[in-house]
Amino acid sequence: MEFLDNIFLYGTSIIRSIITWIGFDPAITNMIMAAVYTVAILVICTLVALFYVLYERKLAGFIQYRPGPNKLGPFGLFQTVADAVKLLTKEDIVPRNADKALHFLAPLFVFIPPILALGAIPFGNKLVAVDLNIGMLYILAVTSLSTIPFFLAGWSSNNKYTMLGAMRAVSQKISYEIPVIFSVLAITMIAGSLNMSEVVGMQGKLWFVFVQPLSFLIFFIAGIAETNRAPFDLPEGESELTAGYLTEYSGMKWALFFLAEYCSMFVFSAMATTLFLGGWLGPVLPGWMWFVLKVHVLMTVIIWIRWTFPRIRVDKLLEFNWKILIPASILNIFATGIGVYLFNNFF
Amino acid sequence: MLSNYAIIAILTIGGLIFAAAAMLISRIFQPRKQYSKKTDTYECGFETKGSSWMSFRSSYFVYALVYLIFEVEVIFLYPWAVEFKMLGLFAIVEMIIFFTLLIAAFLFAWKEGAFKWY
Amino acid sequence: MRTQTYKINLGPQHPSTHGVLHVVLEIDGETIVGSETNIGYLHRGIEKLAENKKYPQVIPYTDRLDYLAGMSNNLLYVQTVEKMLGTEVPERASYIRVIIAELMRIANHMVGIGIYIMDLGAVTGVFYPFIQREHILDLFSKLCGSRMTFNYMRIGGVAVDIDEDFIRGTEIFLDQLPKMLHEYHTLVDENEIFLSRTKNIGKISKSQAESFGLTGPNLRASGLGYDLRKVAPYEVYDRFDFNIPVAYNGDCFDRYIVRMQEVEESIKIIRQAMAQLPQGEIKAKLPRIIKPEAGDCYHQAENPKGILGCYLVSDGTPKPYRVHFRRPSFNNISIFDEVAIGHKIADFIAIMASFDFVLGEVDA
Repeated sequence: MEFLDNIFLYGTSIIRSIITWIGFDPAITNMIMAAVYTVAILVICTLVALFYVLYERKLAGFIQYRPGPNKLGPFGLFQTVADAVKLLTKEDIVPRNADKALHFLAPLFVFIPPILALGAIPFGNKLVAVDLNIGMLYILAVTSLSTIPFFLAGWSSNNKYTMLGAMRAVSQKISYEIPVIFSVLAITMIAGSLNMSEVVGMQGKLWFVFVQPLSFLIFFIAGIAETNRAPFDLPEGESELTAGYLTEYSGMKWALFFLAEYCSMFVFSAMATTLFLGGWLGPVLPGWMWFVLKVHVLMTVIIWIRWTFPRIRVDKLLEFNWKILIPASILNIFATGIGVYLFNNFF
Repeated sequence: MLSNYAIIAILTIGGLIFAAAAMLISRIFQPRKQYSKKTDTYECGFETKGSSWMSFRSSYFVYALVYLIFEVEVIFLYPWAVEFKMLGLFAIVEMIIFFTLLIAAFLFAWKEGAFKWY
Repeated sequence: MRTQTYKINLGPQHPSTHGVLHVVLEIDGETIVGSETNIGYLHRGIEKLAENKKYPQVIPYTDRLDYLAGMSNNLLYVQTVEKMLGTEVPERASYIRVIIAELMRIANHMVGIGIYIMDLGAVTGVFYPFIQREHILDLFSKLCGSRMTFNYMRIGGVAVDIDEDFIRGTEIFLDQLPKMLHEYHTLVDENEIFLSRTKNIGKISKSQAESFGLTGPNLRASGLGYDLRKVAPYEVYDRFDFNIPVAYNGDCFDRYIVRMQEVEESIKIIRQAMAQLPQGEIKAKLPRIIKPEAGDCYHQAENPKGILGCYLVSDGTPKPYRVHFRRPSFNNISIFDEVAIGHKIADFIAIMASFDFVLGEVDA
């Protein structure tokens, strides 16, 4: 059990000892290890995207009384592989009137925010690439960067649909950032720390979701909006804006946006798991397995929501954020503040 | 501590390389047959009228401004939240003052119609 | 600061224009300030083609008008020819026609509702009704060998008699349909997002609806319970007990709910018709070559999408001199330009979807 729990840590320490054995000095060893972590995170990203694309399609099929992909391999397992190959061999079309440099840069940047965020999320006890002492703030900061590629994509395409999509993306992403930050703030007040691993450690007795149910709800709703998932998938809004900011993208560039969406979904679920659902904590099974399990449950819920609800209208979406979620999250901070004060002084 | 941020730098580069590599590999395999109709701006099968880069009513602008205020406040709020338990009653009073100001600004923006999407 | 407006083409290649409708929207921000609907991308000249065909040969062309309700179009055309000839249709054939037409109405509304909810962004919403439609299409394809272009109605009757299998299949279908309707009501009607997307969106007043010549569920959602099945009963509709669902707000939600209720009424009609179904002939005796006397004739019937009318001019030859169809979708979408103003783009999609139009019928 102990071994399974730490299997990845053993892996990294073996790699580290091999590198030291070759004879690099410690600084370079650390750099090489960082590269190893990066590769690991990229592998996780790719696996997550490949798995959840298929899983979503299968689940959607189940919800809609149809089999879903089932031709390629057992249970259609190779469907995403085939899709990836198809997208790889698709022609990349850049509109004549587009700002070609920015059009190229947008998909280049799109993977950075989820990868940076995943770097600071503890997948298990000590199983984290960079255990920053300001982990939470760091993750919030890097995930808010994800607005930029979307706006770049929409603006550079020089297309009215993408322009509308970009405007929607910016307003939606920055607006829903605030409730996310406020709900995490409430957790910080209780935990008294910004370090992700410490926050998980504090949830040994009681998960924060039970202490802060409203906060979790706000975080979850806002997170769905942050990751552009239905019912908040307005920047894409395929029945309104054809494909929103992605209208002028094809082939691999489009695929990168698509994969990044799944990765940011994963990042957001991982954040929710870490902050509210006790991260890797759990009996019997190894920690990382618990973590993956919890994330998987959240992902399932997000996918389930996507295939159940109609799309909300853009002004209602923002209204909901500014007039319900933000006041509610401010009230929640008030309540948390008073609660924490009373708890500390009188119990 | 500093090495932590070096790792982040490497992660950033990793993310860039990942996307770049994907595009590069795709470049090898993809066909390249571009002609003028293909590179037209897509607008449901019609030629687009004029550029989309004009002084268009961009409603997100006001949201962005309000967002900026909130973001800056949040930077101040996080240290306060971390030390909340230590500060005791002082933190509560501070919270009330701080949030009263924030809510006042928020309500003002609301009244001015900042949260209206055109 | 002065801002400029976008002129944006919505369609013909757009996911929610239900085919190839072209709308030029002028938008200020996301608010529509001007709208211009262009049609004609699916024009196949059915009316002109019909002039070179013999009377019975026109029937397959009518399938292609509103291709989601082929049977109803068939029916209207043969009724017009019968009216011209003065033919009496055997009672059994009349009952069969009603059963088929009402099944077609259910199938059509299933598509209308499903596509509506899909355009609002809930893709799952399309599958539940489509499963029901599939049952109907299975029944039809067993009956006449086709799923969309039926060519089933004949001048003076119907092509083939319905058998025990068809009746049993229909009964099984009708028994499970209310369960799906209930499920759909709970899935959609009570959904807050759906309500906010449809309530008070695209409001059409009674007088507006009348002046634009709206018909069918779109008219009845605006508070005018005008249904030819009640007002001027054709076939044997006067023998059944059913209601005309009417809603009074004229918004997108009402157009949805009227369709849902109409499905329930159709179930009632089919049940009654199957209980009363008499034995006998299914086709009137007619000469081999149909040659109506010179003259003209107009007939209209309540199709799923509204009133379909057919104007026939005969010059005494076996081929019609002129055929003209009053297509309900064509009239219905004429109101778009007026309703769209002041709404958001997303609302315009909701309005379009709530009208349940078919381009095959608009362009003919």
